[in-house]
Amino acid sequence: MLNRYPLWKNLLILFIVVLGLLYSAPNLYPDDEAILINNENLEISEADVAVVETALEAAQIDFFGVVSDGNSMQLRFEDVEDQFRAKAVIEQALTDDYIVALNLAPTTPGWMQAIGADKMNLGLDLQGGVHFLMEVDMEAALERRMEDNLSNVRSILREQRIRTRGINLVDKTHLEVRFSNAQERSAARSELIDNFPEIQFQNREASDLFLLDMRLTSDVILQIQRETLQANRTTLLNRVDALGVSEPTVQQQGADRIVVELPGVQDPAQAIRILQRIATLEFHLEAELGAPRTSFEAYQTPDGLLVNVDNDVILQGDRISSVRSTLDQNGLPQVQINLDAQGGNQINRVTRENVGRNMDILLIETKSRTIASLDGQGNEVEEVEFYEEKRLISHATIRTALPRTFVITGLTAREANDLSLLISSGSLAAPMTIVEQSVIGPSMGRENLEAGFRGVQIASALVVLFMLLYYRLFGLAANAALIMNILLIFSVMSLIGATLTLPGIVGIVLTVGMAVDANVLIFTRIREELANGIPPQQAIDAGYNRAFTTIFDANLTTFLVAVVLFTIGTGPVKGFAVTLMIGIVTSMFTAIVGTRAIVNLIYGGRSVKMLSIGRYAGPLPSSS
Amino acid sequence: MLSKTEIDFMGVRRIAAGISALLAVVSMISLLVNSLNFGLDFTSGTSVRLNYSQTVDLDQVNLTLQRNGYEDAVVVTFGSDRDIRVLLPVDSSVAEQDQAEQAAQVGEFLAAMLQQETRSQVTLLGSDYVSAKVGEELAEQGGLGMLVALGIIMVYIAVRFQFKFSVGAVVALAHDLIITLGIFSVFQMEFNLNTLAAMLAIIGYSLNDTIVVSDRIRENFRRLRKGSSVEMVNASLNQTLSRTLITSLTTLLVLFSILFIGGESTQGFAIALIIGVVIGTYSSIYIASNVIIYMNVTREDLMIPVKEGAELDDMP
Repeated sequence: MLNRYPLWKNLLILFIVVLGLLYSAPNLYPDDEAILINNENLEISEADVAVVETALEAAQIDFFGVVSDGNSMQLRFEDVEDQFRAKAVIEQALTDDYIVALNLAPTTPGWMQAIGADKMNLGLDLQGGVHFLMEVDMEAALERRMEDNLSNVRSILREQRIRTRGINLVDKTHLEVRFSNAQERSAARSELIDNFPEIQFQNREASDLFLLDMRLTSDVILQIQRETLQANRTTLLNRVDALGVSEPTVQQQGADRIVVELPGVQDPAQAIRILQRIATLEFHLEAELGAPRTSFEAYQTPDGLLVNVDNDVILQGDRISSVRSTLDQNGLPQVQINLDAQGGNQINRVTRENVGRNMDILLIETKSRTIASLDGQGNEVEEVEFYEEKRLISHATIRTALPRTFVITGLTAREANDLSLLISSGSLAAPMTIVEQSVIGPSMGRENLEAGFRGVQIASALVVLFMLLYYRLFGLAANAALIMNILLIFSVMSLIGATLTLPGIVGIVLTVGMAVDANVLIFTRIREELANGIPPQQAIDAGYNRAFTTIFDANLTTFLVAVVLFTIGTGPVKGFAVTLMIGIVTSMFTAIVGTRAIVNLIYGGRSVKMLSIGRYAGPLPSSS
Repeated sequence: MLSKTEIDFMGVRRIAAGISALLAVVSMISLLVNSLNFGLDFTSGTSVRLNYSQTVDLDQVNLTLQRNGYEDAVVVTFGSDRDIRVLLPVDSSVAEQDQAEQAAQVGEFLAAMLQQETRSQVTLLGSDYVSAKVGEELAEQGGLGMLVALGIIMVYIAVRFQFKFSVGAVVALAHDLIITLGIFSVFQMEFNLNTLAAMLAIIGYSLNDTIVVSDRIRENFRRLRKGSSVEMVNASLNQTLSRTLITSLTTLLVLFSILFIGGESTQGFAIALIIGVVIGTYSSIYIASNVIIYMNVTREDLMIPVKEGAELDDMP
């Protein structure tokens, strides 16, 4: 029988429709304004909760939904004004150690969250927040790696008793070792080549010197850059977690950039302070007695002892794979440090040779301070300046060759805890600078969202009206498909966790316009068939069949363009491409399969004399 | 409207080609001479957005800025007459890494300064620092994206249709993009990231239109055994005319509602697309088919390989 879908096909469509409704439903529940409080080092106690509640009651700010799980505490508010006032009040009531962040809390029912039906993430432009683009200083990362290699080469050659006439860093990827004769050089070369698989060796002669050039290959440079970026991204993620932002984005962009987007955060200065805090460890040996004055620097231990620390870094902090504060068998606090494979080999070799000497660990923190100065016109201006603070945190005797995992003892519980937190969340593989920053206010975001949605609503209404007037009953089918299409786009975006941005909304609006195109193609084709005198049922079938090739070709090429945009583009271009891709796929389904199901339900399996598809020219006298 | 038309589109194809060539040349000259009015996305600088509780007196704002040493500041309203955006060129005395900090401070400073000069309440909506590097890279990406997209499209059409149709589609695309950019250049409308995204969307739209027409030309060549290529193309254009116009109409309905309702942020996008849709509609009728005729398309170019069905060429 013509124009009937088999039961399974109708059921499948129904199933998809229900899924679409279910997974787009959470977007109907608006979030509550909330405040999230946590502490960098300590847990949130009952006492803290009480302090906050009393302060808010004293300030007569209404709040509800207080949740505290030890790590953090959340409060909900009726509106943005209350939320803002509350933030100021709470910040005053608590000490500086606490991070008080503005935030949004979901209100979707539990069962929806249980089946994974969540709201769409809103982009910064719709929600407000701060956006940073950070550039990783790759030069510094390479230089650091090479300095590391330099001290390794020195210790290996010393161990093998091969004398050099000096080792120095020519540039950030090139190390030069000088020898007085060729024998020593070839001995050194065969020794080093096993230890540095990532380095290219080359002999060179200059006047009376025999030189050995060690260079990083371009593959290795790329690999270092990749690792550095990845490491920095992980660190940033940890720090962003400390800010308590609900849907942070920390994304790699290009070869050396990281995008950080913090929805809801309104204070960029605070965010910058936390993001740019850099802490890393350096392991040094204590300088030997009688070492030249230029080869060491003096530091004070926590007990006030002055120690001369050798300048050579025997191990960089980026070799640390994890840090944990634990208790030893006597119940004393200690910090357990795990190194990666190369770091393990390195520390083992150095400590094996230096049993009995002292090892020093320096904590290097990059901090920012605001300094006030006078500018040309005598106005006071504030500037933020970054500076490095090096602190000797451990001075201990090497008793045995250290393995990959070792402990630092002699700390207080608080120090041990701080240290492990600082290192694990604090070590950046390379310094970063902010190249782009923008702040979108919450009201601006809301205006964008509202204006955008109004745009979608009115556009849809106009298109729906037009289709109904122009194509009658078939227009109704197309409209049902159109609404289904928008719901499906929303549910797919919610499901895959895509972020809706303003260009994204524009992408949806555009697919609304273009989704209609598929139906226009089909319906004009059906009208054409009818005009040629084909009976209604066959005309429907032929219309759908003939239009399909065209729709397929047109949609596929547009989809290809969207894929290209997605792969190459960033930011707004990408947001647009995502919704366009989703929209093309869902609109092909709703406009072809969806409308056909409805049309089949209306006309299928019975004899039909007229189709309600608007006016079409009657059969022409057979002239062609 | 539009039931059966028999317009001789290709009768004026030489005139159409002449008009298009003229527009394209004017566009390219304007792009070379005037370039584009690049928005802050593509030039370094600071953008400060402020909200006033009452209607803003722009002259007053300009005066205040000039008196306080911001001679290069550009003030524009956006969204409503109570919201302004102040654009400041980059302060080269500040180091790259401090620019972001600087932007936040400048924003607060400007808000405080303007507050003193007016009775209305001034609220800082946000301040951005934009590095040209980022915008340049995005433009590069966009340009590269277009080239890659064009390449893929050419291959796809050559496989699905025929090489001559590839040329037609790509010429139509280039035509649409050049003239749209040309209009932006001649009228010095701001070209920002949203308009860049619009350019990319125009590719999709223009292509969609061209494919629909090409599809019909192919079908007619295969179905109708007689008639010159000009007649074939004319018949195809007439058959698809109703669809072409209805789709353009619905898309324009959508775009105009974005333009008037969608808020300031999407206006540039909407304008660019409206221009693109209008030109795209024109080019799908007059340009792509024109090129196909110039390239002397024949029935043999489009014959179906023997194994497929003779009457229908549907996808499986």
